[in-house]
Amino acid sequence: MEAARKPLSPKGNLKILEVDICTIPERCKGCGVCIELCPKDVLDYDPKLNVHGAHPPIVVNKENCVGCGLCEEVCPDLAIFQKKKEEGKC
Amino acid sequence: MIQETHPLERFTRKGMIPHIWCAGCGNGVILSELLRALVELKIDLNKVAVVSGIGCIGRISGYVNLDGFHTTHGRAIAFAVGLKAARPDIKVIVVSGDGDLFAIGGNHFIHAARRNIDMTVICSNNFNYGMTGGQAGPTTMPDNRTTTTPYGNIEHPFNLVHLAAGSGAVYVARWTTAHVRRIRESIKTALTKKGFTFVEIISPCPEQYGRRNRMGEPIDQFNWLREKSVVQHFSDPVKAEVGPNKVVVGEFVDIEKPEYTESLRRQMMTVQGTLEKEGRLTSAPL
Amino acid sequence: MLARDVLTGTHFTQGDFACAEGAIAAGCRFFAGYPITPATEVAERMARRLPEVGGVYLQMEDEIGSVAAMIGASYGGVKSMTATSGPGFSLMQENIGLAAMTETPIVIVDVMRGGPSTGQPTKTGQQDVMQAKWGSHGDYEIIALAPSSVQETFDLTVRAFNLAEKYRVPVFVMLDEIVGHMRERLIIPSPDRIEIVNRKKPTVPPGQYNPFQPDEDLVPPMATFGEGYRFYATGLTHDETGHPQTDSAEEQSKLVRRLCDKIRVNRDSIVQVKKLLLEDADVCVVAYGSVARSAMAAVTRARQRGVKAGFLGLTTLWPFPDKEIEAIADKVDRIVVAEMNYGQIVREVERRFDYRRITFASKLGEDPQTPDEILNYIVRERK
Repeated sequence: MEAARKPLSPKGNLKILEVDICTIPERCKGCGVCIELCPKDVLDYDPKLNVHGAHPPIVVNKENCVGCGLCEEVCPDLAIFQKKKEEGKC
Repeated sequence: MIQETHPLERFTRKGMIPHIWCAGCGNGVILSELLRALVELKIDLNKVAVVSGIGCIGRISGYVNLDGFHTTHGRAIAFAVGLKAARPDIKVIVVSGDGDLFAIGGNHFIHAARRNIDMTVICSNNFNYGMTGGQAGPTTMPDNRTTTTPYGNIEHPFNLVHLAAGSGAVYVARWTTAHVRRIRESIKTALTKKGFTFVEIISPCPEQYGRRNRMGEPIDQFNWLREKSVVQHFSDPVKAEVGPNKVVVGEFVDIEKPEYTESLRRQMMTVQGTLEKEGRLTSAPL
Repeated sequence: MLARDVLTGTHFTQGDFACAEGAIAAGCRFFAGYPITPATEVAERMARRLPEVGGVYLQMEDEIGSVAAMIGASYGGVKSMTATSGPGFSLMQENIGLAAMTETPIVIVDVMRGGPSTGQPTKTGQQDVMQAKWGSHGDYEIIALAPSSVQETFDLTVRAFNLAEKYRVPVFVMLDEIVGHMRERLIIPSPDRIEIVNRKKPTVPPGQYNPFQPDEDLVPPMATFGEGYRFYATGLTHDETGHPQTDSAEEQSKLVRRLCDKIRVNRDSIVQVKKLLLEDADVCVVAYGSVARSAMAAVTRARQRGVKAGFLGLTTLWPFPDKEIEAIADKVDRIVVAEMNYGQIVREVERRFDYRRITFASKLGEDPQTPDEILNYIVRERK
């Protein structure tokens, strides 16, 4: 996208949102967009198949997650979302 | 991770999710962003009606936990016009597909836009009739293959932004399902603005259109939309093309015009006021 | 201040206007239509009167959109009507099916003219009566009324709204061009003497409401959009919650049967006929609409000649007054069916009466059968 550009705020001022990534595997249809889109490579395909015959996402690099929320926003199936850590675990 | 409740769960009808849409279908993104837009606007959800037509996206009125109606093919806008004119207090949202809104329903679209009746029309444009197996439609791109253009599409597609602008819509925007946050912001603008507002959302159809035109996996189509789209706010709607190498997105029209239900009510008050002043019971005795 | 919605008094006006006034008196506050001869006057009257009473007149881009808009307004809780003629009636059929499937109360006035297709726009006909019953695809039941006079047009339009509300079904008022355009005396009673029926509303709160769960009369209470019920209606086969059930044979059977049965089991409350001199009749004339006027006159003239003729006027066309035909079937020798088409209601009569003893008095063209023409049919084939 020509509209995308580098953020203006310097790295030091960035706030990282502490979140857990929760998934609802039986809803996932395996489009893979959350995995491909994650800017920090937090997710990968689960080797196990779900009921739709798809590989849902699993968290593989939890420490990298910055809580950007893109996986939740881009998922067409309401199958992945983030939960703020102070709200309790997934 | 244990089972959890998705933040949008309570805005969907119980037992209707998971939806019927294919893996990577853009309709799921439209569903989520519509719900997020409504939640962020803090609209009274008891006063919203979602009207949809026939097609994959047409199932959306069954998925959202709001007053909903699933009409016959092409007639979502006509239903919505009747509902809005009779009940201006209800926020009416039409969500339907490119074929439903612009082929069979084209007449209703242009007239509702012409009237500038207060409603928001969201078009999921996936370039074909997906539900029935992937036939060509009014937005199918030239030379592309569908089940009814096995040798390639020889027709010219509509430029929906141009059509909406030309018909008189007061707000016209186009985004793709790769622009999740922009979709939400445009829907919010469209919902708050009084008058006929239109948001076109380019949506991948991996199973039908995408497969037949070798557009790849859902993520490949997503990347196409991400990489080939160009934001050109308020550029000439005529030049807002959609093609394999360029998808012009942005907001194109944002104008003010008298709105139909307001003009109607004003006229009604004038008529009744005149009768009261003249002490008459009707302006047309039998 | 609202103008008086019931123009109580004695008037001299045309059928189309009487129809519009009947609608407003019945509580109609939404009209979506398209001009078509000879129904345009209904639309014009509604355009003039609805703003006075706080209603909405919407001129849609076509008849297809008109019915869709009516269903929208009805789901918004507002009584709705349209008026059309043959060509528009054909366009409306798909959405009439949608109204039947979603159990939407709407009233459609068809001022019939010469058909088929564009036909004779300014001349009368009765060629749409079968279409009222069978016009849309699929199995469903509707109600159709046929007034014969300007007064009856007013009264039956009020009744049409009441029936639509009571049974959550499209109701048709089948005028013909003669009844629509002729001018006669119309007496509009005071509002307290006009019976108004409104749809049943849900008695349970939103969480417990199933939009298509019927009561004992097979009609579900109808919630309104914008009141917090957040319910869903679709033209797809659905269950009682409104959710689509496109795979279940049981749900399809249940729904289609109920949509038809709610009219069929209640037909005694719906069907109305006019009877004239039938007690000792040898030959019965069956007619409706403007032809009924000639038929009644013909029967009177026949009696003057010593022929024991009687008249059965079909004020209700659908559900068809089959029991009423059966009731006279044993008593009369012959039935003369007079209609302005080439064989529609006569087929329904043939289902209940020996077809060899039916005389079909068909007439097509400008004028209905004259009383003398029907009289000839009455006396001509006497054994």
